[in-house]
Amino acid sequence: MAGETTHTSDPKLDPIQAPAHDPVPALTRREAMLQMLRVGGIAAVATGGGYWLSEHSSRPAAVHAEQARRDHRIAANPQWPKMTVVQGGEPRALAQRALADLGGIGRFVSRQDVVVIKPNIAWDRTPEQAANTNPDLVAEVVRQCWQAGAKRVIVTDVSCNEPRRCFQRSGIQAAARAEGAEVILPDPELYREVELGGVVLKTWPVFTPFLEADKIFNLPIAKHHGLTGATLSMKNWYGILGGERNRLHQQIHQSLVDLASFMLPTLTIMDCYRILLRNGPTGGNLEDVALKKTVVASTDPVALDAYVAKAYWNLDPEHLPYLQMAANRGLGTVDFDKLPVKFSNLA
Amino acid sequence: MVRSKLPLLRRISQIFFLALFLGLLVFTSLRPSGGATSDIHMRAPVRLFFEWDPLVAIANAFASHALYRGLLWSLLILLPTLFLGRFFCGWICPMGTLQHFVGNMPSEAKRGKQRIESNRYRRWQTAKYVVLIAGLIAACFGSMAIGWLDPFSLLVRSFGLAILPAFNFAVRAVLLPLEHSHIAFIKTTGQTLHQALQATVLDFRMPHFAQGLVLGVLFLLILAASLRITRLWCRSICPLGALLGAVSRWSILGLHKDPATCNHCNRCELHCQGGDDPIGGAKWHKSECLMCMNCVGSCPEHSLSFRFFRNESEVASPDLSRRKTLTGIAAGVAAVPLMRANTGLGKSRHERLLRPPGSLDENEFLSRCIRCGECMKVCPNNSLHPTLDQAGLEGLWTPTMVPRIGYCEPSCVLCSEVCPTGAIWQITPKEKGWVVGVGGAQSQPVRLGTAFYDRGRCLPWALATDCIVCEEWCPVSPKAIYVQEAEVIDSAGNTKTLKQPRIDPSRCVGCGACEYACPLQEHPAVYVTSIGESRSPSSQILLSRK
Repeated sequence: MAGETTHTSDPKLDPIQAPAHDPVPALTRREAMLQMLRVGGIAAVATGGGYWLSEHSSRPAAVHAEQARRDHRIAANPQWPKMTVVQGGEPRALAQRALADLGGIGRFVSRQDVVVIKPNIAWDRTPEQAANTNPDLVAEVVRQCWQAGAKRVIVTDVSCNEPRRCFQRSGIQAAARAEGAEVILPDPELYREVELGGVVLKTWPVFTPFLEADKIFNLPIAKHHGLTGATLSMKNWYGILGGERNRLHQQIHQSLVDLASFMLPTLTIMDCYRILLRNGPTGGNLEDVALKKTVVASTDPVALDAYVAKAYWNLDPEHLPYLQMAANRGLGTVDFDKLPVKFSNLA
Repeated sequence: MVRSKLPLLRRISQIFFLALFLGLLVFTSLRPSGGATSDIHMRAPVRLFFEWDPLVAIANAFASHALYRGLLWSLLILLPTLFLGRFFCGWICPMGTLQHFVGNMPSEAKRGKQRIESNRYRRWQTAKYVVLIAGLIAACFGSMAIGWLDPFSLLVRSFGLAILPAFNFAVRAVLLPLEHSHIAFIKTTGQTLHQALQATVLDFRMPHFAQGLVLGVLFLLILAASLRITRLWCRSICPLGALLGAVSRWSILGLHKDPATCNHCNRCELHCQGGDDPIGGAKWHKSECLMCMNCVGSCPEHSLSFRFFRNESEVASPDLSRRKTLTGIAAGVAAVPLMRANTGLGKSRHERLLRPPGSLDENEFLSRCIRCGECMKVCPNNSLHPTLDQAGLEGLWTPTMVPRIGYCEPSCVLCSEVCPTGAIWQITPKEKGWVVGVGGAQSQPVRLGTAFYDRGRCLPWALATDCIVCEEWCPVSPKAIYVQEAEVIDSAGNTKTLKQPRIDPSRCVGCGACEYACPLQEHPAVYVTSIGESRSPSSQILLSRK
């Protein structure tokens, strides 16, 4: 305390006086114990919690992907043809006849089935422009599924253009809803990571409704395509995927086969009512559209694609390598002319 | 006690118009309706508030020598102001309502005496008249820069590009964990809530906007200013308030003060919105009063009332000195030439300034665009964003397309339908002309620019890999992207035949679908620049088109 005198000489540095009338009461033993318990408790919780969290620290792993091939095929029945080509009618009549030719809807849909119908609703185009599946064709399939006693009938696709526009302007939303189907627009939160098990397609996000179906109907439309010449039924499976689909073109044939061997439909009904001959798959110009008034349906997607490619684009299987690759994977046969095929003409 | 009901009526009116504003803003989005395959149009009158905005109408008339579409409706606000004063600011304007609300919140900086003091008339309130004069003079020079400060532009821009996207994000952040819950009840609750919100207020897609943070923070700062001084923005900056204030000098409705009964209790000052001195003894500032009626409602002596045709001493006109008037004029005169000395207008175009379809040539565009962001809010592909420097400083926050985030949907014309001033002139999908309709001779389509390949990055050009996703997406027919087969050698020495894409500039409409679809996402190998845009005769590549 040697410096005390010098301090007091400076009035600004006067030590602060403790207030005389406010003595601090002594801490009781009880209060001291409580304080110790509080501090100790907080310290214990912090230590325990911190230890527990640090134990759980690991490098974030990729989302667990489910592994499941979606095989919705039905047993082959020699009583019925494997493929049918119906010509000369309006879309509803064509679909009715095609289903009847293959044994009727009851062969494909059982009571209480959840049926997912996958038309092509990729582009903001009207039915006349033939870039999306014909809405009447979709509506007829919906109607028949209800007849067969389905529990739910869902119509959905993962569009390329703005989905709200595609679903409205394709006419499919209105037509399917009029028949009582659930129309599901692509929702960024409704994807699950799936191990597709392909050669090039490993883990991809798949739109959930396609994973929760009992039966799946593929309803593509036959169109010209710049890279492969034609886009047919297998290309329609691009629309079950989310993620960066624009990479699939790099190995388009392998991608198509990988997808087709992951997703095996109950039935494929190809819309050839109007087909897009040039400037596909988007089209737009009515001069590129040809009215064929045809529907081709098959339980063998490979044979179906091979038939349509030959019939409308005169493309042989060697022009579309994915067909042979798919046949080699056991997905069907390229030689459609060796199959029992039924031809009908409604006109 | 009829008088005390006026503030209640005002509150109801304010809530109604705020709700109307937010409702219309939420409806400023793609909502399919009508026939099964019909074109999609904007049905809700989402431009309503801009059509009520006399500032937009007058400035637009100065700048473009015309009144676009419904702007004549703004007389609905302007004419009653001649009789009733600034009722619009106090009873209708949602920007005012929000500040009113924040101004009523308890604030450390505004207690009792401080609150009264903060509501006294201040000379700085005349700043808004300087802003107005400068803005209108700038409009005469052909710039709608006043849109930066117009209250509806400010509101739509801030809400549409910052607050609503943030709200979207927050709601999803809260609901998603609920929806992924293992407990069925929580899961269904989350899903139901999400579906209900999705059908009403949430955007179909999670939108985001360049500068959203800046716009949001600016807006919140303006609101927070009301914690210190109620309606600081309305009192000191708002050019629409200034316009209505200037017009209200002729108003026949005014505040009647009964000096005999006033005991200077200051209660009228406590919740005064305009800072116009309703208290007895001081001169009432007519052009500052927002007709909020709080003073009438709070006077315990009933010595205040609003009356038609009174003869009392007041400050009717804005308290604007000659010097301040000259400052405003000088600022307006100098601003546009200075900004254009910088950009040269059209002589130094930014290659990435891609205006929405239907936009007028840059000169005309800047004389109309009020930077409200309606076009950006409505774009279903989140393709339009506010510019930072692409349109020069003068064009700050005007719209530009960012194809990497979203391309222009071929038959969509929503942005042209919501534009309140005709900067994006209203067009039909047929006039846009990207999809050849049923029959009818095809005139030249609207073009936003032209696409070009970066052959150093393109997969078939540079990396010996198949691709042409761009060609698949090209929406015009015949396609503007055509391919040529070429033999290339890969790293293993194998010969491969690939299709290499090229652009036909006479067919390309600059929609950006190719750039959007390109797998090289962060720096696409095909990109759109503004050359060839149909709105600008001076920005063309080709001598003639097929």
